[in-house]
Order: sequence, then structure tokens, then C-alpha cells
Amino acid sequence: MAGSAWDGVRLHVVTGKGGTGKTSVAAALATAYAATGKHVLIAEVEERQGISQVFDVPQLGTTETQVARGQRGGDVYGLAVDAKTALMEYLQMFYKLGMAGGLLERFGVVDFATTIAPGLRDVLLIGKVYEAVRRRPGRRGHRGERPYDVVVLDAPPTGRIGRFLGVNHEIAGLAKMGPVKSQADSITALLQSRQTAVHIVTLLEEMPVQETVDAARDLAALQLPVGAIIVNQEREPIVSAEARALVTGDAFDAGPLESDLRALDLRVGPTLVGGLVQAGQDLDERLRMQDRERKQLAALDRPTYHLPFLHEGLDAGGLRELAGALGRQMIAGAPHE
Amino acid sequence: MSADVTPALDIDALIADPSIRTIVCCGSGGVGKTTSAAAIAIRAAEAGRTVAVLTIDPAKRLAQAMGLTDLDNEPAPVEAVDTSRGGSLDAMMLDMKRTFDEVVMQHAAPEKAQQILANPFYQAVSSSFAGTQEYMAMERLGQLHAERKPGGWPRWDLIVVDTPPSRSALDFLDAPKRLGSFLDGRFIKLMMAPAKAGGRAYLKVLSVGMGSVTAVMSKILGGPMLRDAQTFVAALDTMFGGFRERAEQTYALLSDASTAFVVVATPERDALREASFFVDRLERERMPLAGLVVNRVQMTYVPSLSAARAQAAAQDALDLPGREDGWAPSDTIGLLHLHADLAELGQRHAAAIGRFTASHPDIPQVQVAAAAHDVNDIDELREIGNTLTGA
Ligand SMILES: Nc1ncnc2c1ncn2[C@@H]1O[C@H](COP(=O)(O)OP(=O)(O)O)[C@@H](O)[C@H]1O
Ligand SMILES: Nc1ncnc2c1ncn2[C@@H]1O[C@H](COP(=O)(O)OP(=O)(O)O)[C@@H](O)[C@H]1O
Ligand SMILES: [Mg+2]
Ligand SMILES: [Mg+2]
Repeated sequence: MAGSAWDGVRLHVVTGKGGTGKTSVAAALATAYAATGKHVLIAEVEERQGISQVFDVPQLGTTETQVARGQRGGDVYGLAVDAKTALMEYLQMFYKLGMAGGLLERFGVVDFATTIAPGLRDVLLIGKVYEAVRRRPGRRGHRGERPYDVVVLDAPPTGRIGRFLGVNHEIAGLAKMGPVKSQADSITALLQSRQTAVHIVTLLEEMPVQETVDAARDLAALQLPVGAIIVNQEREPIVSAEARALVTGDAFDAGPLESDLRALDLRVGPTLVGGLVQAGQDLDERLRMQDRERKQLAALDRPTYHLPFLHEGLDAGGLRELAGALGRQMIAGAPHE
Repeated sequence: MSADVTPALDIDALIADPSIRTIVCCGSGGVGKTTSAAAIAIRAAEAGRTVAVLTIDPAKRLAQAMGLTDLDNEPAPVEAVDTSRGGSLDAMMLDMKRTFDEVVMQHAAPEKAQQILANPFYQAVSSSFAGTQEYMAMERLGQLHAERKPGGWPRWDLIVVDTPPSRSALDFLDAPKRLGSFLDGRFIKLMMAPAKAGGRAYLKVLSVGMGSVTAVMSKILGGPMLRDAQTFVAALDTMFGGFRERAEQTYALLSDASTAFVVVATPERDALREASFFVDRLERERMPLAGLVVNRVQMTYVPSLSAARAQAAAQDALDLPGREDGWAPSDTIGLLHLHADLAELGQRHAAAIGRFTASHPDIPQVQVAAAAHDVNDIDELREIGNTLTGA
């Protein structure tokens, strides 16, 4: 069943409410593709150095650097896109501006262009990603390089994603022609094509789900292709529904539980019994909330994947576990086990 | 007090101190800033203070619980708080664009104001410029502090502020300055030059390179965009005069001893690292830091039972004899596994907090347990308020 739905996709954009696990999921997705032999780029655009942290490598600069090896010749490169560098490269490429660059910086023009000019910053940031997706071996400056099979973008959060990806929309009212406009047009063509999918990471909690629903609507309005919904940090029903019904019921008889615990040589007292039961009740509450929120997501009618909450945290083993789980659900031919 | 005991952060002490007039809850995204701000505000109001809380992006159900259903950018009373000690609570949700629009309408002549409001640059800056939200939160805070009731007394004696969901906790401190100095800076002068001095003559005085700068800009941005930018800048210039001055006033208010910063973090590496940066920065700039709230900490109900011991017991339990019906040994196993997971998570949280404490032993802190559900009614906020006292 594995999602051949994404076979033609070359740019995977990963968004979600802050803290839901965008960076972790983007890293897991990149790792999953590298495990199938793909040459993958993961890019971040928010100056957070999140990629170097998940892959546990030194801080990324503005050149593409290998951050992980995959299998069957696959690998993951990382890039922290920086708007100023992108602007300078862009000016260099189109205008051959050697000295003028420094002059622009000195007069605060670079600041203006990269922070305040509406939409320009976003055009520059995505422009860099666009260039990586479109790169061909023969291109200027990249002769002999292997083009990326897949590019994963650790994108801005749901609250900003529409504006970020809707560059054309933002720019349209301002630059009616000229190089910025045509760059924005090419980017938009890629983003709206079947080569792009915008995945939304969420938790099964009220706010992230609400933001997911809102973002899906905003993206659709911009004709941007909503990809999958990726439910992260899902708690598993580690205690059966029957047992949860018992511990949350009015007249729970703790007798059998106590006798089991005694037979296991545990020191049985109100703290142990009460504590285990309380944890069972909490889990029940949490799972009910998850069910409620899952229903909301179902209404979106998008492919939905599930990643478990890792109690031990997201160390190298944890990242591999998430990559495995995502690969099995999303990528045809991903390694099993 | 011995050197290796981290002091407890006690919100009640802040609330009880009448010289504290502003409490700012800050931290990275999603850690519980809005929740903490609401919990502190309710607790302060119920302790007898006249409180306003300025929230930025409350969860829908929290907003409903606080009566924040209409977005009119004005504080409205929260009826559900207990006012028997003479306090009260008004709550509002920041409308950033509206606040900005109001500033414009207040400071510019009507015709000019309309021009500004219609300018595409203004529209982009007022709704999306990174930093506008921070700036407007501070603007609104200043306005709330300036409100008077009959007799000339301040309308509120305590204002609790939530901060925007920024990329990093530091944005909140830097953004107003960045916006201020940008609008007051060299670039603006460059853009203004043709308008002010009738063009070329003035440019020459400034720098020989200037002409080419403008040329390049119009190449990048295109002519119409450059003109819009110029109009926008000209309008702001006449209106604000000293944007930087305002940013400085804000900064002064935040540095004042009547303000208390409460840094919020979750017990995760990233959030605590962000909190460290923020705490260090506040200390370096001698800003009034009250302490750290570590929110959503996994507490275990059975501290004496380790994860490993629970796992081992679960393993042994496979041999327990079954029962006809009702509670089965597999259910006992389920509860033991559940406890082991939670204990492991709790250990990880404790270790992350331990690392923060080791590098910041003098920063008062308090922990708030992770609830099994979202926090979105007044009672749940009261419970959080209770734990914020270190009790
Ligand atoms: N499946 C998971 N299980 C446990 N912890 C997770 C999981 N996914 C993410 N995390 C943790 O949650 C926090 C936020 O994740 P991150 O990827 O940085 O989110 P974002 O990029 O959306 O802000 C990090 O501490 C990360 O280690
Ligand atoms: N101690 C807690 N236990 C469980 N959930 C919490 C706790 N504190 C906050 N939350 C939930 O976490 C989410 C984010 O909290 P919020 O206060 O909105 O964060 P922020 O303002 O920092 O973005 C909300 O859904 C809130 O209900
Ligand atoms: Mg991230
Ligand atoms: Mg908030």
C-alpha cells in the first residue's frame, strides 16, 4: 500500500504549528528517502539551526553539507538558507554586482530587502530551494554534481505558511514586472505543480489541529497542493480499552490489581496502587482527546500518517525510528523492519 | 541558604508586591506563555489586584473561557473570577493590525492617515513584518498603563502580558528596537533624500555611490515598488518623528523594577536552551527577571518505582495466572508499562531541567505538571496558578 502517491514529488514542504515536530519530521522524511538510495537535501529557512541539532552535526553554513549517510548510496545534505546570502548570490548571478553588494549593505538596502520589503524575503528564501530542486548537472557552477532526487523543506509554521508559499500573491500587488516578479512566477509554478507537496505536522491536541485545518484551507485557496497530514507524538493505547473502562469506572475494585502486584513482589500500598490507577485514568483522558481531534482531521480527507510519541526522546535512535515509521507509510520500497 | 539549592519562584510573592505593575510571560513557541499569563492574571485578580491581561493568540477554548469572543482590541471583564477580595480581571486579545492603524490615525492628519492605510507597504508591514506584533504588544501595553479611571488613578494596578509566538524568545526584546531603528535609520534617509532636497544635489553630498544604490534598488524592486516604498517612508517619517524614541521608552519600561519577566519553557532541550539565552540576555542587560516556569513536566505518581523495576515486573507478570473475567494480569502489565514510559519521560525531563539548573543555579524556578488534557477553563487555570507558587 505504501504511498506511491508521492512518487513524482521532488519538493516536500513540511509545516505545522510550532513545536509539533516540523524539524523532526522533516529530518525523518529526509532520512527515510536516503534509506532508499536517494540523494536528499533538507533545507531550513528560519535561522534556527534546527537541522544541525537533529542530525547532531556542527552548525550549518550557507553551503550544502552532508549531514547523514543513507543506504544504497543515498545520503542527506543540509542547508541553512539565509536571506542576505541569497540576495547577494542573486544580485551576483543576474547583475554581476561585485562592489555594489557592500554598498547596498552599508546603506541598509540589504536589511530593507531582506526584512521589510513585503514578500521579497520569502522570494529569496524559497528561490534558493527552487534552485536546488531545479538543478541539473549541466548547470553553471554545478557541473558534475549529482542533482537532488528529493528536497525536503523545514518550512515556517502554519501561521505563516500561506504567506510564505504564496509569494506570488504577496509580490503581485507590488512588483508588477521585473526580475522579482518573474522569479516569483517560476517559483509559484513549481509550488503549484505535482512536483510539490505541502505536508502538515500536527499533534492530536486542540490548537495544532485547529491550525492544521486553517492551514489546509489557506493553502487550498492559494492553489498549493496539500500533501499528507502527519500526526506526530501520538500516544498509544498501551492499556487496553477494557482496563481503562474499569479504572475510570465508578466502582473500580483494585483487589485483583493489588494481588497481581503483590505476586510480583512490589511494595503494595496506596501510593503504588493509586498512582498506577491515576496514570491509567490520565491515559484514558488523553486517548479520548486524541479520538476527538482525529475526527476533526478525518474531515480534511487527506492521507494521514502516524508517528508515535518517543518517551526516550529524539536521539539518533529515535530519529531512525521515526524515519522507519514514516518510510513504511509514505515511501514505496522503503526498507522494512 | 546553601549554594546548591535552587531558589523557588513564587508567583504569590510577585502578586503581593504592589510595586510590581507589569508581568511579562515570554519563551519560545507553544511552551505555555498564554496559559501562564492567564493563570497568573486570574490568581492576582482573586488575590485582590486590579488586573488586565493582554493575550496574543489564545487557544479557541481558552479564549471562550475568558470571554474573549469578540476581537475588539479592548479589555473586557472576565466574569468568572472571584472578586470577593476586591480585585478584578479584564482580558483582551491583541489585534496587531488594528493597534497599528490606531497609532496611524492618532498621529497623522485624517487625509494623510488614509493615504498611509492604503499604501501596500504599510499593509504588509502592519500585518506581516516580523517584529510588528512585538512592537504593537508593547505599544498596547503602554496604552493600557496610561489609562485612568475617574480621579486620575491608573485603571489597572497590574498588567500581565503574553508575548507573540516568535521564532525565538529573543525576538520579543529585539524586534521593537529593530523596527524603530530601521524606520529611523540611514536607509530611510536615502529613500527620503529625493523628496526632501529635490534630488541629485542632496545625493551628491551624502555619497558618490548613492545614485547607483538607487539604480540597483529600482532594478531589484522595479520602479513602481520603489515609488510605493518612498511614499510609505515619507508618510511614516512625518508621522513618527522619533520611532526610535518610542522603542527606547518601551525598553525603559521593561527595564524598570516595576516589571517582572517570567520565562516559560517546557522541559525539552530546545525550549530550555532558548530559555537560557533569554535569561542570560535579561541578566546582561539588567532587566528584572523573576524566574523560570518549567511547564508540562511529566510527574510520576509513584516516584519510588523506577522505570527499570516496572519493566522487569511487567516481564514477570507474564507468568501470572489468568482470571475468569474482569481485571486481567495483562491489564496489570499495561499499567506497569505505562508507568515505565512515564517514569522514563520524567527522568528525561528531570535531566534536561538539571542541565539548565547546573548552568543557572541562582535563577528561581517552579515546575508545572503536564496535564492529561489541554488547559482551557478557569478552574484548570486556577490549578496551574496554584502550582506556580511552588506549593
Ligand atoms: N515523535 C516524537 N516523540 C518525542 N519527542 C518528539 C517527537 N517529535 C518531536 N519531538 C520533540 O519535540 C520537540 C519539538 O520538535 P521540533 O521538531 O523541534 O518541532 P518544530 O520544528 O515543529 O518546532 C523537540 O524537543 C523534539 O525532540
Ligand atoms: N501544564 C500543561 N499541561 C497540559 N497542557 C498544557 C499545559 N500548559 C499548556 N498546555 C497546552 O499547551 C498548548 C499551548 O499552550 P499556550 O499557552 O497556548 O502556549 P504559547 O502561548 O506559549 O504558545 C495549549 O493547548 C494549552 O492548553
Ligand atoms: Mg523547527
Ligand atoms: Mg500564546
